[in-house]
Amino acid sequence: MAQWNPFEEMEMLRREVDKAFEGFGARQEPSRRGAFLPGSSPRRYPLVNLFEEQDKIYVEALTPGIDPESLNVDIVHNRLMLSGEKIRITSDVKPEAFHRSERASGKFVRTVELPVEIDEGGVRAEYKHGVLLVTLPKAEKAKPKQISVKVE
Amino acid sequence: MAEKTVAANGQNQSFPNREGTRSQERYVTPPVDIYETARGLVVKADLPGVEKGNLDLQVENNLLTIRGKPTHTTAGEAIYREYELVNFFRQFELNEKVDQSKISAELKHGVLTLQLPKAEEAKPRKIQVRVE
Repeated sequence: MAQWNPFEEMEMLRREVDKAFEGFGARQEPSRRGAFLPGSSPRRYPLVNLFEEQDKIYVEALTPGIDPESLNVDIVHNRLMLSGEKIRITSDVKPEAFHRSERASGKFVRTVELPVEIDEGGVRAEYKHGVLLVTLPKAEKAKPKQISVKVE
Repeated sequence: MAEKTVAANGQNQSFPNREGTRSQERYVTPPVDIYETARGLVVKADLPGVEKGNLDLQVENNLLTIRGKPTHTTAGEAIYREYELVNFFRQFELNEKVDQSKISAELKHGVLTLQLPKAEEAKPRKIQVRVE
């Protein structure tokens, strides 16, 4: 298992608190909250994780059941836009035939702001087992540079 | 079809509690759709990151168990996290109307589709009424 990191632990707590209060204001003013957020639903979809390496940024998104053909990855400046559609179960199933309906479906758009400038030409996207992985090489000027110290 | 997932002190939430991170038995319940067709029941579950080899499906004592272990290979250091790929676990109780020997499963794009055909005697049968 990973090492215990108190800062990460605190960050997790902070997010948990955020999550507990998420939608708190929405109950009071549902229309207003919805109107400011992109898409038809105020829910974040898909969920993303960001990873960083020396010269690359990785964006991983949970996109199960999405036809890779319908998945769009766009980059404008240093914003990554993921869009697509998760297709609903075949329409010939009557609503009363459902025992459970928990999987979200529909069109989605999600914009992720990237922490550094990236080299737009070298971006690659890969879809595997329902997880989308976008590899974004950092722009030349955003890469860390080692400066050697000369001793005289 | 009754759900049988045992909730172990809130660990089935998408965000784990602190104690949860110390346990190997941490899991999330995958969202499912269950619908009925003329042939039987169809169960669809979202299991992102789970490969065929890491999916474990079992039927025992009328209990259907779905267990999935996602493979995670992204390099680098996490700088922002909204989810964690932990194991998936969910159980459903099957009733006797399901023909357990004919259950079939398919995994595609991180979605598991289970076909649970109805047993012969449970299928609706049309009875001709003869009027004389």
